[in-house]
Amino acid sequence: MENKREADSHFLCLKNKKGSNGVDIDFITQYAPMYVEAAKLTLRLGAIGILLSLIVGLLGALVQYYKIPVLRRIIAVYIELSRNTPLLVQLFLLYFGLPKMGIVWTSETCAIVGLTFLGGSYMAEAFRSGLESVDKIQFESGLSIGLNHSQVMRYIIFPQALSTSVPALCANVIFLIKETSVFSVVALADLMYVAKDLIGLYYKTEEALLMLVVAYLIILLPISIIASLLERRLRYAGFGN
Amino acid sequence: MQDLGIRVLFMGNNFMRLLGGLWVTIQLSLISILLSVIFGILLGIVMTLKNPVTKCITRIYLEFIRIMPQLVLLFLVYFGATKAFGINLSGETSAVIVFTLWGTAEMGDLVRGALISIPKHQYESGAALGMENAQIYRYIIIPQTLRRLIPLSINLATRMIKTTSLIVMIGVVEVLKVGQQIIEANRYTVPDSALWIYVTIFFLYFLVCWPFSVLAGKLEKKWKN
Amino acid sequence: MKETEKLLEIRHLHKDYGEGTILEDVSLDIHKGEVVVLIGPSGCGKSTFLRCINGLEPIQSGEIFLDGENIIANKTKWSEVRQKIGMVFQSYDLFPHMTVLDNILLGPTKVQRRDKKEATAEAEKLLERVGLLDRKDAYPRQLSGGQKQRVAIVRALIMKPEIMLFDEVTAALDPEMVREVLDVMLELAKSGSTMMIVTHEMQFARAVADKIVFLDGGEIVETGAPEDFFNSPKTERASRFLHTFTFDQVK
Repeated sequence: MENKREADSHFLCLKNKKGSNGVDIDFITQYAPMYVEAAKLTLRLGAIGILLSLIVGLLGALVQYYKIPVLRRIIAVYIELSRNTPLLVQLFLLYFGLPKMGIVWTSETCAIVGLTFLGGSYMAEAFRSGLESVDKIQFESGLSIGLNHSQVMRYIIFPQALSTSVPALCANVIFLIKETSVFSVVALADLMYVAKDLIGLYYKTEEALLMLVVAYLIILLPISIIASLLERRLRYAGFGN
Repeated sequence: MQDLGIRVLFMGNNFMRLLGGLWVTIQLSLISILLSVIFGILLGIVMTLKNPVTKCITRIYLEFIRIMPQLVLLFLVYFGATKAFGINLSGETSAVIVFTLWGTAEMGDLVRGALISIPKHQYESGAALGMENAQIYRYIIIPQTLRRLIPLSINLATRMIKTTSLIVMIGVVEVLKVGQQIIEANRYTVPDSALWIYVTIFFLYFLVCWPFSVLAGKLEKKWKN
Repeated sequence: MKETEKLLEIRHLHKDYGEGTILEDVSLDIHKGEVVVLIGPSGCGKSTFLRCINGLEPIQSGEIFLDGENIIANKTKWSEVRQKIGMVFQSYDLFPHMTVLDNILLGPTKVQRRDKKEATAEAEKLLERVGLLDRKDAYPRQLSGGQKQRVAIVRALIMKPEIMLFDEVTAALDPEMVREVLDVMLELAKSGSTMMIVTHEMQFARAVADKIVFLDGGEIVETGAPEDFFNSPKTERASRFLHTFTFDQVK
């Protein structure tokens, strides 16, 4: 209660210093570093999770492409489970459920595993549709000039599959970074956590939310712009029949 | 111990309570989906207009809504609206507002995509048969648009159901919250109930979303070409 | 007919897909420098025949000898065999992510590990021969169908194959582009290349072939010199097939 009152008086006193636009600049400069830290956390965990998702996705897509028995079934089940459940629930299960089975992971591990579990299936679908988009006769065409199987994959199939996959892969990267916004449920001080904290403590809703939106824009806008540039370049550049 | 933990589901009406919590999520998603479909179709049509003003406005709306995490949007409405306009929105209302705003943007883009994907010669060959404009839309354009649109919209619906799970973060009592309550209540009698409750919730979501995904996949395959 | 050594010997080739038989007891010899044209109705197995020779389709029984060596063996190194057998497909199938020159150089540099400069020089010479040197840095999508097909021929030729297989290479082309591709093939034939050609262009078949092989229902029905085959087919099936290319006067 004492805290609350203190916060209120703090709020009142800052309110007097408000600029004409009604936004408390002092508050923003004071707490911006917290957002920077939180954004770093989001970016770091997001990057690791996305990287692992790409690996899981590529392996999953290859298993399906080569129709490897048994593994292929397992991947299919994994993809369905991962795509049809929310990350939030996956994280609850990892963070609160698994310890009861004796599997205790840190918050960061849970966040990374959860993001990878979710992202792996999305990346797998992106890679798979890229691989499927390459005509079978391209393969034969490569064989007929004497390339062996792995050379055909390396020089002919992968480059084409990858360029077809790029838009979907980029969309997945953006999607996964957005999904990191639920990391606060596993007790990580991410952007949402900081914003909620500031709202709760100081009732500085406008400032806290403004910084939140700006932080996500700073993270996501460049990625989204790069993605659309990349997509356009691939579409208009040298190839694609 | 673990094999006993599952009994927490069958104690009292725990399982029914979980289902009730899930129903809250589903209800909110269904309302948002319905509104999104209606507004999304309108938005999609507006987006195909060549008017630079509508183009610019819809574009900004679409980009902003899509680039922000849905949870940020929820915070903006739930905390922001209360503060800025002094209205006290419940979590449920905020959720419907946010998911409708978001769903409308996504749906609008799908509708626009489906509309512009119909090649011009489809209109022309309709006209060549002597059809009226209304007939061309009724028999040629709308059926083709729907075939492209329906599988994608079903996928969007499953995304919206999954995303609605976020409402627990703005204090709505839904399935995860009910789960937490059950775990709390049985903390001493069934110490490992958390595992079973969250596994159950995981599969509940799966059972709700999976049939939609399968359906969308089937329709997409069936209507290819 | 030239009496030279046998380059390719096919003995009792049998191929089926589950129920249907595609090729039934097909035997054929191809001599060095010979141009063999396979004709026959759609679905008679001509294309499958070519694909079997290049190991793109497994066969159920029979033998194929290339330079006296049986290539239907478990230990066959197809990569080596395919360097000796060039193949051109109906749908060109250039690699869309590579320029014309890179398409042509992939085989020599990655498979034969030839010096890139030397291979480039040869590629340019071959491109000049088919009239496409100025398009060497273009991407496949920037070429017409006829141009793509000529590049595909060069891509196969640069491997210095002992025999070239052409699988309906003009079937997907617009009529006005057919000629430019056929001219390249005629020139190859004149310069003494060994070729097996599947085609529906009867006039071309007549002009280019040393030997016509008529396939129907998965078996070789008739073999003969082009003049004999087109003027007086020995079998009823062949004459019926040839008749489908002529029209009776309507008026």
